[in-house]
Amino acid sequence: MSKARRLSSLVVGDVQADRVVPPTGFTAQLTLFAAGAMAFLAVFALALSLASGRLAARWGAELAQSATLRISAPTEQVDAQTAVALSLLESTPGVASARALSAAEQRELLAPWFGPDLPIDTLPIPQLIEIVETDEGYDAAGLRLRLQAEVPGAVLDDHTRWRRPLEKAATRLRLLGWVSIVLIGAAMAAMITLAANAALAANAQVISVLRLIGAQDDYIASAFVRRFALRALSGSVVGTLVGALAILLLPSSQEEAGFLTGLGFEGVGWFFLALIPFVAVGVAYLATGAAARKTLSELS
Amino acid sequence: MIELEKIAYSYGGGELLNDVSLKLAPGSFHFLTGPSGSGKTTFLKLCYGALIPTAGQVQLFGKDVRTMTRDDHAMTRRQIGVVHQDCQFLDHLPLRENVALPLTVSGRDSLEQHSNLKELLSWVGLGHRADALPPELSGGERQRAALARAVIMSPDVVLADEPTGNVDWEMSQRLLQLLVELNKMGKTILIATHDLNLIRSAKHHVQARVLRISGRKLQLAGADL
Repeated sequence: MSKARRLSSLVVGDVQADRVVPPTGFTAQLTLFAAGAMAFLAVFALALSLASGRLAARWGAELAQSATLRISAPTEQVDAQTAVALSLLESTPGVASARALSAAEQRELLAPWFGPDLPIDTLPIPQLIEIVETDEGYDAAGLRLRLQAEVPGAVLDDHTRWRRPLEKAATRLRLLGWVSIVLIGAAMAAMITLAANAALAANAQVISVLRLIGAQDDYIASAFVRRFALRALSGSVVGTLVGALAILLLPSSQEEAGFLTGLGFEGVGWFFLALIPFVAVGVAYLATGAAARKTLSELS
Repeated sequence: MIELEKIAYSYGGGELLNDVSLKLAPGSFHFLTGPSGSGKTTFLKLCYGALIPTAGQVQLFGKDVRTMTRDDHAMTRRQIGVVHQDCQFLDHLPLRENVALPLTVSGRDSLEQHSNLKELLSWVGLGHRADALPPELSGGERQRAALARAVIMSPDVVLADEPTGNVDWEMSQRLLQLLVELNKMGKTILIATHDLNLIRSAKHHVQARVLRISGRKLQLAGADL
């Protein structure tokens, strides 16, 4: 049987081939359940991976503007000190660029805390300088010493120090999520292999009759493979839907409010979610096929 | 079509057959006889490739059984119809589908074949039992159904292992008659049986040769059965 024909018969179905293997009740339901439960778990592992991936990406993006220089000085000295600080920063190796924030930008930053109507010009607000470092990074301790000498009112806030470990943790979390998905897939393959082996053993007599009358191994195997692939499909569709529903019903966190992003699906994430049943079918197809070929090759 | 050359077959310690040669000519009719346990079933299995001889050569349709793949064996079984001693069926399928199973598994299940199936079932006298499940059939009905299944692919050779083993005399005559009819249609027939009366009664209808397994050898028995 050609590969294309085998694939098409997997989808369309060969009613006769389905009928040669007697229907089984209990193991069928176990396979359905296992596929459903695994798909449900896979939804959460996937959500975790995608959310921590977003988290790592967000923190990573913010790492690019990794430091802020805050200049607190008497109002008449601010401009002078800012100019000194900027020229000092420009001559510091490892600093890609340094830019003083405009008054409007500063007001925007403060708005969440003090409201938009704050008369910022009348207040002694420190001047902020945004520092973007190069890939190699700068020597923070050395920079602090030089700032102390030349710009007494300057304080260097180095965000990198606390963002890097967080970003690392998020990346690790994402890795764990993907490892979980792989493990879930492997566990499902193991369960389906066991179920397929049980079905093959229970139908040893059917298989031997089919061999006697001239059925080829591919034909016999496809009768089992199709059955298990369809069970895995229906089980995992239900499991995925229930899992997705559970995620949608999670109380939504305010995306912009904090570092934690919702454990939901966005954009391409929905595509990954929709892939789960197909991956389950693929796993079932391969696992049952391997089990059937192995069993059949041991028969005469 | 089936050629055995100096074959031997041993199970574990004991040797069952030794130095056996046979060439089944197309259109021939053979009986295979011998005491029970003498190796009749083993000999038939060697003839359709279910067993590989421990020594010697078996050629099925010009192919050495030792070099045949599993798929080759499957294809050979479509050319050799076998009526097994314990005719095995799929108990969850009705007789009609069991008899048509060789067509189904070879992808030759077509509407045209369905009318053939009907004819075949009435030929073996089971037209009215087409929807019965195998466990509901009597011994004779099972044997006739097995024969129908063995010939549905119109094989060149039909091997039957004790086809009259558990049926009464009248039924065994009917089965024999069916096999004789197949032979007249040009099929090669080999029947393993310990029933000498069956062989004697066949002599009136067909030019049959009798092979006897005795002392691990295959002998051409005389006409004086």
